[in-house]
Amino acid sequence: MTVAVPTTLDEAVRLFAAEPSAMLLAGGTDAMVEINDGHRRPGGLVIALNRVSDLRTWRHDAERRTLTIGAGVTYSELMQEPIATLAPALADASRTVGSPQIRNAGTLGGNLGTCSPAGDGLPVLSALGAQVRIVSAAGERAASVDDVMVGVKRTSLKPGEMIAEIVLPVLDGWQGYAKVGVRNAMVIAIASACLVVDTDARQLSIALGSVGPTIVRCPEAERQLAAAVDWAALSVPSDALDEFVGLVSSASRPITDHRSTADYRRHAVGVLAKRLARRAFTAGERRS
Amino acid sequence: MSVVEDTQTLRAGTIGDSPARPDGISKVQGGYAFSSDLSADGCLFGATLRSPYPYARIVSIDQSAAWKISGVEAVITADDVPGQLTYGLISQDQPVFASDVVRYVGEPVAAVAALDPETARRALDAIVVEYDERSPLLDPETAIAEGHELIHPDGNLIRHQRIVHGNPDASGAVVVEGTYEIGMQDQAFLGLEAAIAYPDPGADGVELHLATQWLHEDQGQIAACLGVSDDKVRLVLGGVGGAFGAREDISLQVHTCLLALRLGRPVRMAYSRAESFLGHVHRHPATIWMRHHADAAGTLVNVEARFVFDGGAYASTSSAVLVNGITMAQGPYACPNGQVDGYAVRTNHLPCGAMRGFGAVQACFAYESQMDKLADACGLEPQEIRVRNAMRTGDTLLTGQPVMNVAPVEECIRETAALPLPDEPVGGAPLGDGSPNVMKLPGGAGRTADTRDIVRGIGWGVSIKNLMYSETFDDYSTARCRLTDGVVTLKFATAEVGQGFITIAGQIARTVLGVDEVVLDQIDTGVGSAGSTSASRQTWMSGGAVDAACRAARERLFEAVGRSYGIEPVRFMIDGTDVIDTAGDLRIPVSEASAGLEIEETVEYHHPETEDLDELGQGNCHTAFAFVAHRAVVDVDPELGLVKVIQIATAQDVGNALNPLSVVGQIEGGIAQGLGLAVMEEIIQIDGVIRNGNFTDYLLPTFLDMPPVLTTLIEQPDPHAPLGAKGVGEPPCISSTPAVVAAIRDALRQAGIEKPLNRVPVRPADICL
Repeated sequence: MTVAVPTTLDEAVRLFAAEPSAMLLAGGTDAMVEINDGHRRPGGLVIALNRVSDLRTWRHDAERRTLTIGAGVTYSELMQEPIATLAPALADASRTVGSPQIRNAGTLGGNLGTCSPAGDGLPVLSALGAQVRIVSAAGERAASVDDVMVGVKRTSLKPGEMIAEIVLPVLDGWQGYAKVGVRNAMVIAIASACLVVDTDARQLSIALGSVGPTIVRCPEAERQLAAAVDWAALSVPSDALDEFVGLVSSASRPITDHRSTADYRRHAVGVLAKRLARRAFTAGERRS
Repeated sequence: MSVVEDTQTLRAGTIGDSPARPDGISKVQGGYAFSSDLSADGCLFGATLRSPYPYARIVSIDQSAAWKISGVEAVITADDVPGQLTYGLISQDQPVFASDVVRYVGEPVAAVAALDPETARRALDAIVVEYDERSPLLDPETAIAEGHELIHPDGNLIRHQRIVHGNPDASGAVVVEGTYEIGMQDQAFLGLEAAIAYPDPGADGVELHLATQWLHEDQGQIAACLGVSDDKVRLVLGGVGGAFGAREDISLQVHTCLLALRLGRPVRMAYSRAESFLGHVHRHPATIWMRHHADAAGTLVNVEARFVFDGGAYASTSSAVLVNGITMAQGPYACPNGQVDGYAVRTNHLPCGAMRGFGAVQACFAYESQMDKLADACGLEPQEIRVRNAMRTGDTLLTGQPVMNVAPVEECIRETAALPLPDEPVGGAPLGDGSPNVMKLPGGAGRTADTRDIVRGIGWGVSIKNLMYSETFDDYSTARCRLTDGVVTLKFATAEVGQGFITIAGQIARTVLGVDEVVLDQIDTGVGSAGSTSASRQTWMSGGAVDAACRAARERLFEAVGRSYGIEPVRFMIDGTDVIDTAGDLRIPVSEASAGLEIEETVEYHHPETEDLDELGQGNCHTAFAFVAHRAVVDVDPELGLVKVIQIATAQDVGNALNPLSVVGQIEGGIAQGLGLAVMEEIIQIDGVIRNGNFTDYLLPTFLDMPPVLTTLIEQPDPHAPLGAKGVGEPPCISSTPAVVAAIRDALRQAGIEKPLNRVPVRPADICL
């Protein structure tokens, strides 16, 4: 096993092109678990990305109203201002990840690269309609995050491609993330949901985690609730909320495993959707 | 002119003080050497090949490819065990290595030693074992009904025991009934199994440094399997990072010694977390049916029960766990009549044995759930029905055994009730910006709930626990005290597993002998057995042994001083750090009185004999008892099924708190373990395969799940206990579990929802679906 420690993105891409079977190591919070559990044995090259400064930066373009986050930005950094204000749901999700030590090491790019349906950042990226900038020796391309995530721990990245940046819109409107685990912190999601409201466009989106092979969007529920919202008052009738809950639950495709049951997961994403919508739209109630 | 001392002032480091633990600073700073930190120059690394099947016949084992790997020094199987092929705490039914049949996923089949751990791991991969899979026995009821072929020559039933007491057909105006299930809990100590074995020159003996709960029991079992006499196996206690029962059985001890003796080189073995889940016994899953009969006022008339404990593949301590469970069926309550049927069975699940609470935990969840049902049926508050039935000294168990210890059950309940309820509302005090503090709501960091989604409930749990071993077992303890030049050196084999015995041993010596300096000798098999660090017994038993050894040394000291001064030794006593003549003016410091003396006394402390149970489950089988009450306040999100425990209040019968800080530490830790069983901790096996053998999916409570604990120590020194002190380790984890579950039920009732919640751990779906 060889470990390469590039310091520039170009160098990392070149190394990866030369050995596309190499293992990319960012924060190591997924990779090391797999190695320790014996699920993965890095035999050849490991490319450690944490010295690649290009990946560890973020920038806010106020004019285009975008937030561009390098793949190597950690959860701890995503919880800080001004990112916490520019993308509040991403900060919410980051706060639910592991322990402080894990949040100091784990990265947003790693979350997407692993592509677990329980990845806490992923419902947020999906609900925000994030664009992913993917680089390889052949150049670069952009893809929507929903197109990158294709299955349980499977992405559409081709050999030699790596995630460079993730571009998010900076929106006006409420957004938040909620996650159910069987412990009050440091727990893998057994169901999660992110709601993003775009008051300018009078649209909203909801994405679900841990209830399908990858992140689940709920287009029917999104349309239904957006149509029911009184956008001037930012309120919603309670019967419309109930209908929303039903549509979200039925969009989920959960399984039963050792962490929970399909029935509970389907129920829980509905409750989360209702509560997120209540925080977004019920007038006079502070966001909690 | 003698100085009158203020007797209210406690001399530092004596009984009743809470001196710093000798191991405390280094543990906090990370410098403490746990067993997994042990290493030796030139040592080899051992690893274990384990069965992937719950039940299969071994057709063949081909080691040839493993031997071809460079750096592999040994491959051993059952064929290489020179002595007894099996071991076990009560019956020797567990093979060192499976040879013909594997009976659980994770059962050792072979072990290797190699130059480094990675080579050892590759060697395991290279061993080819051909298995013929059989249909596993997974349902305990099938085992009882003899509905499966015998999976072990000793049979599928480990023990069946009945109890019939008084008039078993008695009934009352109120009858409540229920069936309760307890999941398989793991001890989850943080210091993983690890040992290093040093062969003697000539390899006819071995010295094993390890983390264990009972050095001498290990010594005997290891020596038998090695086919050598006990004195050829010397054990030294390594740093132990928790035990909770999981280190009572053999895990890697025999394998490590076998490899070291075969190679004539030191061999180190250390389990990973995943291997640890397979390598030690767990808390028995149990199904318990109970029917309680009471009169209209709620006074117990009769308790009927049926217990089924799933012992897993090997017997371990299942038969003793069973007896603890069934003999505690009535709980800490007086009841004149009873009928209990108990089974401990063998299945192809992970083997189960000792875990903190040892059978009493399972019983308590059932009888406390029943007491709440009874309270409801009688229109009484939970604490009222418990006070009404509270056991007192002299009351009998369903075994006919009178409880002769201090039994302050009512005081425990009343003192718990007197502790204040939390003053913070749901969600705690709002944050600076007016928003609620989500970390104080169920769901915590996941931000699943708003304050209005939450209801708060209160629940009770009270329990009885037997202390020490039962059923004629003489679990004595040995201690040696040396006194010279004012310094005491203590030697004992008591396993310090984190509970703090080494701290109180020093306190006892300072108190009895009036010294300040106490040196603790290495904990090893160089002195007689101390018995196991389990069953809440070491403060009583090893504390009693240290106390007795120190008193014996003190007699020798008084004799020596008496000879020097021509005074009858009986006139002396220790006052502070001085020897004084109670009938005269002589006062000399202990350091001076013991100068040049070489006093050494070794004492065995035995508890009174106990009896076996007869066919009807009658007999004085237990040694002593302790009691505790818990009140839990829990916030519940009924719609999502998430909970947050807000507060636990407890009053515990401790006899005499030798070290109050250590007692509180045991209480808080035990409550965390009881809370874990209530709401999250469970080993999940599907078709006999463990599915969550890691800390990602086997969830332990974190700081955010653990509430503040309010504690009152009920200090009524027990006249039977050598220092008046009862063991305190197990009671906190016994009734905290039903208290938390009762609080969840109470919260749900306030939300208009009735849920039985007759299974622990309570899962979110049990609450909301």
